[in-house]
Amino acid sequence: MQKGNDNMLIPSLETDTQEIESVVSLSQKNNVATKKKAPNCECAIVKSENFSFYYGSKAGVKDISMEIYPCSVTAIIGPSGCGKSTFLRSINRINDLIPHTHIDGKLFVNGHNVYDKNTNLVNLRQQVGMVFQKPNPFPKNIFDNVAYGPRLQGVKNRSSLQQVVESSLKAAALWDEVKDDLKKSALALSGGQQQRLCIARALATRPNIILMDEPCSALDPIATGKIEDLIDKLQNDYTIVIVTHNMQQAARVSKRTAFFCLGELIEYDSTVKIFRNPGKKQTEDYVTGRFG
Amino acid sequence: MQNLELKPAVDKYQPLVLTPLEDIRGFLFHHLGRFLLFLITFSSVLLMLLIFFFVIREAIPFLMKFNLTEFLTTKSWYPEASTPKFGALSLIVGSLYVTIAALVFAVPTGILAAIFLSDIVSLKIGDFIKPVIEILAAIPSVAYGFFAVLVLAPWMQNKLGFTTGTNALNASIILSIMALPTIISVAEDSISTIGRELREASYALGATRFETIFKVVIPAAHSGIIAAIVLGMMRAIGETMVVWMASGNANQIPSPWWDLSQSVRTMTATIAGDMGETPKDSLHYGALFAIGVVLLVMTFLLNIISEYFLASAKRKSGKS
Repeated sequence: MQKGNDNMLIPSLETDTQEIESVVSLSQKNNVATKKKAPNCECAIVKSENFSFYYGSKAGVKDISMEIYPCSVTAIIGPSGCGKSTFLRSINRINDLIPHTHIDGKLFVNGHNVYDKNTNLVNLRQQVGMVFQKPNPFPKNIFDNVAYGPRLQGVKNRSSLQQVVESSLKAAALWDEVKDDLKKSALALSGGQQQRLCIARALATRPNIILMDEPCSALDPIATGKIEDLIDKLQNDYTIVIVTHNMQQAARVSKRTAFFCLGELIEYDSTVKIFRNPGKKQTEDYVTGRFG
Repeated sequence: MQNLELKPAVDKYQPLVLTPLEDIRGFLFHHLGRFLLFLITFSSVLLMLLIFFFVIREAIPFLMKFNLTEFLTTKSWYPEASTPKFGALSLIVGSLYVTIAALVFAVPTGILAAIFLSDIVSLKIGDFIKPVIEILAAIPSVAYGFFAVLVLAPWMQNKLGFTTGTNALNASIILSIMALPTIISVAEDSISTIGRELREASYALGATRFETIFKVVIPAAHSGIIAAIVLGMMRAIGETMVVWMASGNANQIPSPWWDLSQSVRTMTATIAGDMGETPKDSLHYGALFAIGVVLLVMTFLLNIISEYFLASAKRKSGKS
C-alpha cells in the first residue's frame, strides 16, 4: 500500500476534482476532433516488455509493459520518485549517461529493441527528440540553437538551414516573437520562450517521437498555456510522451494516461477513464488528491 | 517515553528593545570590526602598490639618464663595458619566446587533459588523478631545474644533436610542465561548471561525445579556458630559476626565429643573475629595475585580461 510520504499539497479537493472533470470532458472533445485527422494510428510506436531500469542495485522502474501509440499524446503521471522520468529517459537512452546503471527486458522504438547492442544511438536520438524539465538552450544565438541538430546531420547549405530553422520555429509557435532577431543570444529569452526554443530545436532534427520531461514545471501559467496549445497542435504529426506532475495538465493534453507508482506501472488507459473511472484504488486516490 | 513536545516560549519572551549598553556595544563592535577587516584586506592592496612604487623608484634614475626607446628596442646588453649599453630587446623577446613556446606545448595538452578529467574518465579515477597533477605545482622550481640540466640537456645534446643542451626548447618544455597544473585545474573547473543539462541537450539531438565536447561544452566554457591559459602564461613568464638553469642565458634573439635549439636569456634570469654583482645605485642596478618594471607591467596586463575573462565566465554561468 502507498504511504503518504509524498507532499503533494492540494488545497481544495472538491474544486480540484471538478476542474479535472470539466477539463476531461473538454479534452475528450478535442481528442475526438483530432482522431479524425490522425493517420493510421493503430500499432504501437514505442513498446516496452517487462522493462526494468536499475541505478546500481536499486530499481528505477520495474517490469513495465506498455504500448505507446503514434500521433497522440500519452501522459505519464505519478508521485515524485516513481520512475516516470526514468522510463521516459530510457526511450532515447539518454539515461546511458548516468554511470552504474543497467536494464532488464525490452524496449522497442519503431519495432527495434533500442537496448540491442547494434543500436545506432545517433539515429535513435534523431528520431526520438527530447524536451527537458528546465529549459536548456545552448549559450549560442537562436539560429545556431535550432540549427544544431541539422548541422550534426551534415546540412551545411545556408538557405536550407534557414528553411529548417524557420519552419521549426514556426511549428514551435516562436517564429513571430524572434524572427527579427535570430542572432540574439538564446539566454536572453524568457523562460517560456526558451522552452519553446528547445521544442523547436528538437523538431529541427525531424523526429517522429517527442519526449517531454515535465516541460512546464519551470514556467508560469501563461507560458504553460502556450506550451500546452503547442502540444495540442503537434500531436497531429508527432507522437508525444509527456511526464507531468500536474494532473490537470495530463487531463488537458493527453489521450492516454499511465499512472506510475514506486517504479511500477499501476494503470494505463485512456485519459478519460483514468480520471473519471479509474480501475485501481491507488489511481483513484492519486487523481482525486486523496493520496496515501 | 520522554516528552519532546515543542511549544512556543510564551512565558519568557526576551525584551525586543536594546538596552543602552547593548546599543553602544553593538555600535562599537560593528564599526571596529569593519575597520579591522578593512585594514587586513587593504594591506594586500597596499603591498602591491608598494612593490610597484619601489621597483619604479629604483628604476627612475636609470630611465632619466638612459633613453627609454633605446632600452626597449636595441639588442646589445653590455652593462659592464666602458661605455655600457643597455638594450633589453633580446631579453624581452627571450622571455616572450620561451613563454609562448611553453604555451604551445602546455595549452593543447592541458585542455585535452581537462576534458579527459571532466568528461571522459569516471569520477573515481579523476579524483585520483587530480591531486597528482596538483602535486606537480608543489615541486620546487629548482628541482625542475635539476631535471632540465641533468636529464633534458644531455639528452638534447647527445640524441638530438643540439650544440648546447641548455636552450630555449629545454626551458620551454620545463616551463610547460610547470604551467600544466594551473591550466588543467582552472580549465577543468570551468568545463565542469557546464552542467549536465547542456550535455544532455546535445546528446538528445543525436550528437556524439566528440561533437558534444567540441561544439557545446568547450564553446560554453571558453571564458574559463582563456583564463586558464592566461594564468598558465603568467606562471611561465614570471618563472626565474628554471629559465636561469635551462635556457643557456645567451643574450641573443634566435635566428632563424623558429630555431628553439639556440640559447636565449630572459628578463627574470637577467635580474636574478646580475643583481648580486651590481653595486647599488649604479646604472646597471637601475637597468635591472627597469627590466623589473617591464615585467610587472606585462604580468599586470595579463592579470587584468584574465580577471576580465573570469568575470565574464561567472556572469554566464549565473545566467544559464
